[in-house]
Amino acid sequence: MLEIKGLEVKLEEEDKQILKGVDLKIEPGMVHAIMGPNGSGKSTLSYVLSGRDGYEVTGGSATLEGNDLLDMEPEERAALGLFLAFQYPVEIPGVGNMTFLRTAVNAQRKARGEEELSAADFLKEVRAKAKSLKIDADMLKRPVNVGFSGGEKKRNEILQMAMLEPKMCILDETDSGLDVDAMKLVSEGVNALRSEGRSFLVITHYQRLLDHIKPDIVHIMADGRIVKSGGPELALEVENNGYADILAEVA
Amino acid sequence: MALAKLKSDTTEARLAGVTLPTGAAWANAARADAMARVREMGLPTKRDEYWKYTDPTTLTDAAAGKAALFHNDEAALFDAVDRVRVVFVDGVFDAEASDDLAAEGLEIERLADAMAADIHWAKDIYGVLEARGQKPVPRTLAALNTAMATDGVVIRATAKAAKPVNLIYLHRDETSDAVLHNLVKVEAGAEVTLLETGPAAARFSKLLEVDVADGGTFHHVRAQGRDHERRAVTHCFARIAAESTFKSFTLTFNGVLTRNECVLEIIGDDATAHVAGICVGDGKDFHHDDTVFITHDAVNCESRQVFKKVLRNGATGVFQGKILVKEGAQKTDGYQISQSLLLDDDSQFLAKPELEIYADDVACSHGSTSGAIDETALFYLRSRGVSHDDARNLLTLSFLAEALEEIADESLAEDLRDRLEGWLARHR
Ligand SMILES: Nc1ncnc2c1ncn2[C@@H]1O[C@H](COP(=O)(O)OP(=O)(O)OP(=O)(O)O)[C@@H](O)[C@H]1O
Ligand SMILES: [Mg+2]
Repeated sequence: MLEIKGLEVKLEEEDKQILKGVDLKIEPGMVHAIMGPNGSGKSTLSYVLSGRDGYEVTGGSATLEGNDLLDMEPEERAALGLFLAFQYPVEIPGVGNMTFLRTAVNAQRKARGEEELSAADFLKEVRAKAKSLKIDADMLKRPVNVGFSGGEKKRNEILQMAMLEPKMCILDETDSGLDVDAMKLVSEGVNALRSEGRSFLVITHYQRLLDHIKPDIVHIMADGRIVKSGGPELALEVENNGYADILAEVA
Repeated sequence: MALAKLKSDTTEARLAGVTLPTGAAWANAARADAMARVREMGLPTKRDEYWKYTDPTTLTDAAAGKAALFHNDEAALFDAVDRVRVVFVDGVFDAEASDDLAAEGLEIERLADAMAADIHWAKDIYGVLEARGQKPVPRTLAALNTAMATDGVVIRATAKAAKPVNLIYLHRDETSDAVLHNLVKVEAGAEVTLLETGPAAARFSKLLEVDVADGGTFHHVRAQGRDHERRAVTHCFARIAAESTFKSFTLTFNGVLTRNECVLEIIGDDATAHVAGICVGDGKDFHHDDTVFITHDAVNCESRQVFKKVLRNGATGVFQGKILVKEGAQKTDGYQISQSLLLDDDSQFLAKPELEIYADDVACSHGSTSGAIDETALFYLRSRGVSHDDARNLLTLSFLAEALEEIADESLAEDLRDRLEGWLARHR
């Protein structure tokens, strides 16, 4: 599904290398998790994959089902099935959540040569999916993320994911800011989407999320590289001992 | 050259060859008074403080510049609205193209007919509200309009009007120089909506005087120009009485030069006055100026100014807005916001917001901002699959939303929103 080879990225504005050769391969249907100390480059990796400005790729490649991602516009990547649930979802005053969702769903359908969803079908689908994430009608009407609590913003990200049905979902710290019940809701939302043709890359600091969304493989990222990969037990090791041992071991 | 000399030279050059129209004695007197005001105040020059951001030269020149005729295949604006259409071609009333000047709750006449009548209510408004609005800042082009105007329409609302009146300004002559003067009198408790559409002429001077009596309601929605080369100066002078409502909204598309002045005087308690505008401009030839002056001279009144501009490829936007709260005008609630969205580094927005308050129990606020598209929001939308242009347009419309919301009638607002979307689609 997603294949990253030797990806090196620096900031466009400064001479600062952030990713220093990331290798990662995610097969269809798999859930990978990335953990790692603050500032190790996890969000940067997710932004570079989804096409945010401000970064310069200085080496390596990233492909989604064989398509070169790095040359594409963000919207082209989205149409191919890439989705990023933001660590910090963006507030957009003046654009209604509903309008936003509908514009996004139809833009992707159009880009893929599919027919637009009718207003009625769209409404039905949003309502059902919003309900399962306990997002009420009022939140759907409000401008995108404006005045949403931290947890509401994260649930809204998952609603977008559920509506867009991407193939490759990257979740950047979707668990931060969620209370225990919301964590369950969100995990259920994610698990409901798990399927053979869909892969996940879950960025998190905590084992707790991985109790709900069980990863197949866990990676540790440090200083712009993936320094260790393993099974779910790796996350438990981090939870219990922190990163010191792992970092010392690979140093 | 001293400013006084420059002004008098500019004025005399403009007035050479101008002959005033004639009508009833009161009308002739009103025109002569206006002409005296013109000579006394002098026409504006680019050295006048009030014209610091906008060069009035092409508006004060003796001859109008040329403006290419503009054709588009869009249906006329407000086509679906049941309205009384009053058509002017290059500033001249066209009876053939107009509807019957009649609707329940309304009396509509040509200005020339009203000005020829020995006794007419227009006497108490024509040039009267304009003259009241000449202090503290002179608006000489308005006085010139009062002196010279031969055509226009006078409307009296005696009850809730059955339909809106749509003044439609067509432009057919590349060098036309049109001067129109319209009056609206809203009697106590009456209500009317005035729509104005079309570019009008190569050069256009238009003045509207509105007198809203106690409990009256006046709604005004206009759309000026579209990808058009015209130059325009427009004035609206309104006197707003107790418990009445005045709401004016203007949408301006491309043009060369537009100066819209709106001068509102709130004279009765518990009244509401809103003036709002959107302008969208593309290109370094585009210059749009909104100049607003609202005087609060009564208790417990609310005024709002909401102006939004989208500027690109070197376009210029200007906002000069003032709220004057007179002594004793307690419980005034005045709000003013002027914002521009600059789509590139070459475009500019010049703003001069002012508050002058002589009462102690008031709540007035004003703010002015100028910014680019929010890149983070743009990326967020694009990461969801929305194309760059669509995302930019969505953010642009959301920026404009607060101003569009000032239009009370949703279907009119929807029409204008469609036009804005069309503009955004054409100007990628
Ligand atoms: N636009 C930027 N300007 C300056 N520094 C940046 C920028 N983007 C990223 N960085 C730096 O790059 C490094 C990696 O940041 P990144 O956000 O990817 O870390 P992270 O692994 O997601 O951390 P966290 O766990 O705290 O979310 C950090 O040192 C950060 O300060
Ligand atoms: Mg991060």
